[in-house]
Amino acid sequence: MFRWFHKLASTKNFYRLAEIMTPLLAVACALLIGVGLYQGLFVAPTDYEQGESYRIIYVHVPSAWMSMFIYMVMAFCSLLFLVWKMKLADIVAEVSAPLGASFTFLALVTGSLWGKPMWGTWWEWDARLTSELILLFIYIGYMALRSSIENKSSAARAAAILALVGVVNIPIIHYSVEWWNTLHQPASITKLGKPSIHISMLIPLLLMALGFTLFYFVTMLLKTRNVILEREVNSAWVRERIKEDRL
Amino acid sequence: MTEFLAMGGYAIYVWPSFALTAIVMLANLFAALTRRKKVIAMLKRQHAETKT
Repeated sequence: MFRWFHKLASTKNFYRLAEIMTPLLAVACALLIGVGLYQGLFVAPTDYEQGESYRIIYVHVPSAWMSMFIYMVMAFCSLLFLVWKMKLADIVAEVSAPLGASFTFLALVTGSLWGKPMWGTWWEWDARLTSELILLFIYIGYMALRSSIENKSSAARAAAILALVGVVNIPIIHYSVEWWNTLHQPASITKLGKPSIHISMLIPLLLMALGFTLFYFVTMLLKTRNVILEREVNSAWVRERIKEDRL
Repeated sequence: MTEFLAMGGYAIYVWPSFALTAIVMLANLFAALTRRKKVIAMLKRQHAETKT
């Protein structure tokens, strides 16, 4: 187990693995999002309360889930980096931040576009909305901190500490709808027991969510490979690959 | 088709949501692909320089 872990942590092996995985994940991602969109827009029935407006759920909820999932990946990688000095984990955290910020932004804007017709307001200082906005600020703060410190290794350390401190916000986002009884509706899928959403509406949502997750992995792997190449320009294996024109 | 595009009167909320999501996701993907092209070009240039 540890040997396997150690092997994966070497940038050379990771590069090779990412190279193989990226096209496979990309195809699966395109299929999932394609079928998810078709089912979500054409097959899923109209909601009896919200009419067609509820279809925003198919981009809003996956974006919101990704905003938290990517943060957890970033925080976990930051921990690996701080404790075991794993450079690869630092790269994954670094390239994940803009992706996480993008999904947080999408969750907020699509939520706003859904809130206007349903709640009658674009924005409310509701617990869920506010904690999600804080998440966006944490992502922005993480990226700003990284780019503002000249020394690369102290920038990485400081950013990793910020990412770990920011983890407290994640359960706050998740439980905000239970702890504070405000505007945003409670969870309908991740609660215990039966989800309170009909299966015909749930399937496209899960397809989209899985598609978004794979999209994150595809983009993250591409970006990680870029950074590995940049950082290891002078290593033997990169030189070898350049010579063979096999990057 | 017109009925579908109208989204039961919610077109101005539904379509911008989907469009914006697509734009932001594709922008992230293209940024990664463009960066990759640049990095590879840079590596090849460096390699050519060190050889001569």
